[in-house]
Amino acid sequence: MSTALRVLPDGEIEAASAVALAEDETFAGPAPDEVVQPAASLLRFITCGSVDDGKSTLIGRLLHDTNSVFDDQMEALERDSRKFGTTGGDLDFALLVDGLSAEREQGITIDVAYRYFSTAGRAFIIADTPGHEQYTRNMATGASQAELAIILVDARKGILPQTRRHSFITSMVGIRSVIVAVNKMDLVDYDEAVFRRIETEYRALLPRLGFTDVAFVPISAKSGDNVANRSASMPWYDGPTLLERLETVRPETLEDTSAPFRMPVQWVNRPNLDFRGFCGTVASGRVAPGDAVVSLPSGRRSRVKAVFGADGEAPGAGTGEAVTLTLNDEIDASRGDVIVAVGDALKPSRQVAADILWMSERPLIEGRRLVAKLSSSQGPATVRRLSEAVDIHSYEPRATSALSMNEIGRVTLAFERPTVAAPYDSARELGAFILIDPTTNETAALGVVTSVEISSGEDSVEASAGTTYAAVPRGNVGERLRARWLGSAARRPEVARALVRFRAVSAVILGILAILFGMPILGAVVLAAIDFALRPFLWQVLSPMPPRRDATAGDAFGDGAGI
Amino acid sequence: MKPMTHLQRLEAESIFIIREVAATAENPVMLYSIGKDSAVMLHLAMKAFAPGKPPFPLLHVDTTWKFREMIEFRDRRAKELGLDLIVHINEEGVAAGVNPFSSGSRVHTDVMKTQALRQALEKHRFDAAFGGARRDEEKSRAKERVFSLRSAEHRWEPKSQRPEPWRLYNTRKRQGESFRVFPLSNWTEADVWDYIAIENIPVVPLYFARKRPIVKRDGMLIMRDDDRMELKPGEAVEEMEVRFRTLGCYPLTGAVRSEARDLPGIISEMRSSRSSEREGRMIDKDGGASMEEKKQEGYF
Repeated sequence: MSTALRVLPDGEIEAASAVALAEDETFAGPAPDEVVQPAASLLRFITCGSVDDGKSTLIGRLLHDTNSVFDDQMEALERDSRKFGTTGGDLDFALLVDGLSAEREQGITIDVAYRYFSTAGRAFIIADTPGHEQYTRNMATGASQAELAIILVDARKGILPQTRRHSFITSMVGIRSVIVAVNKMDLVDYDEAVFRRIETEYRALLPRLGFTDVAFVPISAKSGDNVANRSASMPWYDGPTLLERLETVRPETLEDTSAPFRMPVQWVNRPNLDFRGFCGTVASGRVAPGDAVVSLPSGRRSRVKAVFGADGEAPGAGTGEAVTLTLNDEIDASRGDVIVAVGDALKPSRQVAADILWMSERPLIEGRRLVAKLSSSQGPATVRRLSEAVDIHSYEPRATSALSMNEIGRVTLAFERPTVAAPYDSARELGAFILIDPTTNETAALGVVTSVEISSGEDSVEASAGTTYAAVPRGNVGERLRARWLGSAARRPEVARALVRFRAVSAVILGILAILFGMPILGAVVLAAIDFALRPFLWQVLSPMPPRRDATAGDAFGDGAGI
Repeated sequence: MKPMTHLQRLEAESIFIIREVAATAENPVMLYSIGKDSAVMLHLAMKAFAPGKPPFPLLHVDTTWKFREMIEFRDRRAKELGLDLIVHINEEGVAAGVNPFSSGSRVHTDVMKTQALRQALEKHRFDAAFGGARRDEEKSRAKERVFSLRSAEHRWEPKSQRPEPWRLYNTRKRQGESFRVFPLSNWTEADVWDYIAIENIPVVPLYFARKRPIVKRDGMLIMRDDDRMELKPGEAVEEMEVRFRTLGCYPLTGAVRSEARDLPGIISEMRSSRSSEREGRMIDKDGGASMEEKKQEGYF
């Protein structure tokens, strides 16, 4: 622990709390008489797990033991503990965080609560997420913004279905660092065997989850063992306390620092006729004046003229910074477009494979039309295929025809407009989306892109150079045949019309030539008709399209054309 | 490349939120309550649209009981920054003689703040209003979304809030519905002061300790800002060195004894404080879930 340990000379708290009296009154956190610099780093984490595993109690304990609870809040807590408490006269730390009246009455957490505390070197933002299955959506929300998850397990109950569900969602949204905190060790006599059994059981789940950094800590949130203070009751545990782990961990995240520059355009800033800036937050990579960039999906190229960061004009900016870019050319880019470095393999696409968490009470069935919001782009999208649901007990996929609330499913999502998307595990910003019910406006699902099907090159200068193919819609036979017949032109009616005219004219010319070469008129007409109808397919036989990439393969990512 | 610091990350996140509102709302407004949080929010809005100006006006809901120094500061800042400032007063409330002394804090707050805010939003047909509220202030605020949907009647329904995964805010709404948007959601009181110090943001001088005319009432130190505050028997005005941690209507805002005359003093005092900033707010003490109730009725 840091040097900021101190004894709080606060008799009032001690006198009022049997819990506080029973333990060593040491607190982490800044000493009162020293001015501390703002915390250098920030860690966002969630606590999750099943109902009654003690999440709110753990957060209350963390806040209390890091000296983050003010006296007036302590007084309110004492009052509330007498009124609503579930701890029989002791302070009920859960009441520090369960702020809604329904939560206090029912003693459960309904909505995600955000809590803040800091120690000498680090500031923390905690999302205290509900354990109740009904509020899984709120847990997923907290997880999507976190860099680390504390997964609580009740030592008496072991791993429950909700522990598995939360672990899966945690993994799905890209958290790689987790702490499995085995709570309520005081209720199992601080028995090492119980802890080891749960550790072994949880480790068996790991191959199905994407975690790369897993720590196990035996704690008692109620009495404070191994939370901020080392437990005297568990001498067999020699690892770090929960707080030590939180203070020192460098969370492993998906962020790929080698990714090229990408910035979704959030807002076009035109304060006057002479200034046209593209505002957005850098999703990955770095940008500096002079860099060659391309705007997707239009494919227009330009160079960066200037970069404005939070403190005005800057020599450059990197991932996570909110910037405004001006470009050398008057290219047309608007909200929803993405400005990327020239050479980036990113392409607009019509269709993606994705994992989604369905959050609406009305079940999802194939063919449902929703509104998809992905980075700053928003537009209609259809769930073309619901291939499977994931069983939260075994993590095995199973066939299904509908997703009900809180189920996770694998779907194919078709955008009505070309959308710049990328697999979530290589690009968080361009791989996460929500689906909105256009009639009720509720947020019906959150999802992550697992692979992108690059449809055709027509919308991208970059993509047109290489092999392209039309994504064949999963419609009826007629629709599919039409798409094959028109190829990449199927996406744009005006191009399709021109193509049909061109093919008709060439068929007529072929017929006239046949007549000139002595063919009977009827034969020439039939030849022209056959040419008109079948030549496009002949071309496809002669130069076959690239095989369709396996939609579930994690790294399937277009064809890299143009690079 | 150096990783972004804690404050830089918060700053970028807030700018993102402010731009998101500008891009998705038809008629946004920024509520400017003249306090330190408003000062930071306004500063971030200036950054978000630099070298231009924020594409929305400021709105101050004036209860007519704010500290005089706050009003002077408000008008000076709006002028310096060249921003549109809308001041709205609930004239019906004024006509009915509502005031914090005889009407009580609950009625005064409801009529002069909650109802006044609703009037102003409806009058100008604003469909998104920025507020400087932070989740660390109070327990029901800890549960507040960044984009908080309000019904056409301005009600907040805590049980049916929209999930906000990543930073994908669902900004769709029906006719008449509006959003309250909180770009400082993830900031703490300490972050706000650290940022004010680093960025050199002007704040109302009431935050700094000075000798001020104080009346002790109901266990609070109330500054007698004008003679509308009548003394009760046994009360006297004392000169006391105090400052304010939070600013509201002067009869409802308790001062704290302090010697913190500058920013380093405030920051060091705050870090060693044993009480929350809302301790000095009378309106928080109407009952356990009172903030939640007020919010449901349309208060921030």
